[in-house]
Amino acid sequence: AYWVDSQQKRYVPVKGDPIIGIVTAKAGDIFKVDVGGSEQASLSYLAFEGATKRNRPNVQVGDLVYGQFIVANKDMEPEMVCIDSSGRANGMGIIGHEGLLFKVSLGLIRKLLAPNCEIIQELGQLYPFEIVLGMNGRIWVKAKTVQQTLIVANILEACEHMTSEQRKQALAKLSES
Amino acid sequence: MELGCTHSPCQINAGSVCIRFMQRGLDSETKKQLEEEEKKIISEEHWYLDLPELKEKESFIIEERSFMPCEDLLYGRMSFKGFNPEIEKLMIQMNSRYKKEEIEADDKMEADVSDEEMARRYESLVGTIGKKFLKKRDRHELQDEDEDENSNLRPSNVKKMFLKPQD
Repeated sequence: AYWVDSQQKRYVPVKGDPIIGIVTAKAGDIFKVDVGGSEQASLSYLAFEGATKRNRPNVQVGDLVYGQFIVANKDMEPEMVCIDSSGRANGMGIIGHEGLLFKVSLGLIRKLLAPNCEIIQELGQLYPFEIVLGMNGRIWVKAKTVQQTLIVANILEACEHMTSEQRKQALAKLSES
Repeated sequence: MELGCTHSPCQINAGSVCIRFMQRGLDSETKKQLEEEEKKIISEEHWYLDLPELKEKESFIIEERSFMPCEDLLYGRMSFKGFNPEIEKLMIQMNSRYKKEEIEADDKMEADVSDEEMARRYESLVGTIGKKFLKKRDRHELQDEDEDENSNLRPSNVKKMFLKPQD
C-alpha cells in the first residue's frame, strides 16, 4: 500500500475516522457538530448508546462529543454517530465537562497514535491523566489539577517541534519537580 | 319439404379467431406485433455511437481516504495511571483486537496427554459407555459371562420369544 503523507492543519472529513466535535446547535432531531471541516456534521440524537425516542441523550450546546463519521464525501453533509456498527458506545459519546481541548496539526495526531509512540508512553509515566485524540486535530486532556492538565497540553503541542532527546530532558525536569 | 340440416364441415377462418370472446386484453400475438413495431419506430430515431465496443479496464487502484488502516493507528481514547478505569479496560479491549489477528498464526499447543494414553483411555471408555445403552437382559448376560469362565457359553443369539403352544 502506498499513501501520501502530508503536513496539514485543515481536516477533511473521512468516513470511519474518530473525531472530537463541539455541539453548536440543536435542530429538532439532530445536533449540529463543528468538526473543524468545511461543513458542520450532523449527529442524530438516536446515535448514542441506549438512546430511544423517549430516552434522549443529555446533550447541550457546547458539549464535546467523540464519535466517528458514517457519511463523509464531498457531495454531502458529513454525518457522525457515537456508536459503532453493533450499537455499542465503545468509549464514544459525550466527553465530560472538565478538561482542556486544544488543537494540533494532523500529522502530530498520527504520530501520537502510531503503535509504538514513545511520547504518549513517557507522558503516561508522569501523572495519571486521561486523553482523547481526534483525527481532526483536536486533543482533549484531563488530569487531576489544572496545572498538570496544562503541562500535558503544552508538552503535546511542543513535541511536534522537539527532538526526542529534548523531549526526554523536558520530561525528566518535570518528573523531578 | 324435408327439414334436413346439411352441415358443411365448418371451416374456421382467421377472422373468426379474432372474435373477442371473453377477452379483456390484447392477444399475446398482437401484443408482440405491437411491441416490435414500437421498437422499430424508436430505433430509427435513436442516436447511437458508431464506435467499436470499448471494454472498461479493470483498475487495480483502490482509493482509501482514511489514514487509519495505513498506519495501524491505535484507539484514540486513552487513560493512564488509573485515571479512568473504564477507559483503561477499553484500551486493552480495542488494542487487543488488532493483536488477535497476529495471534491466529500461532503454533498449536503441545498436548498434555500423549496419543498412546488417549488410545488406552478410549478403549475402556467405549466399553463403559456402551454398557449404559444395553438392555437389562443383555446386561445380565454380560455379568454372568464375566463371572463364570468355565461354564458353557449360552448361545447369545437366541432371543427369548413367545413359543406357541403345540396343540
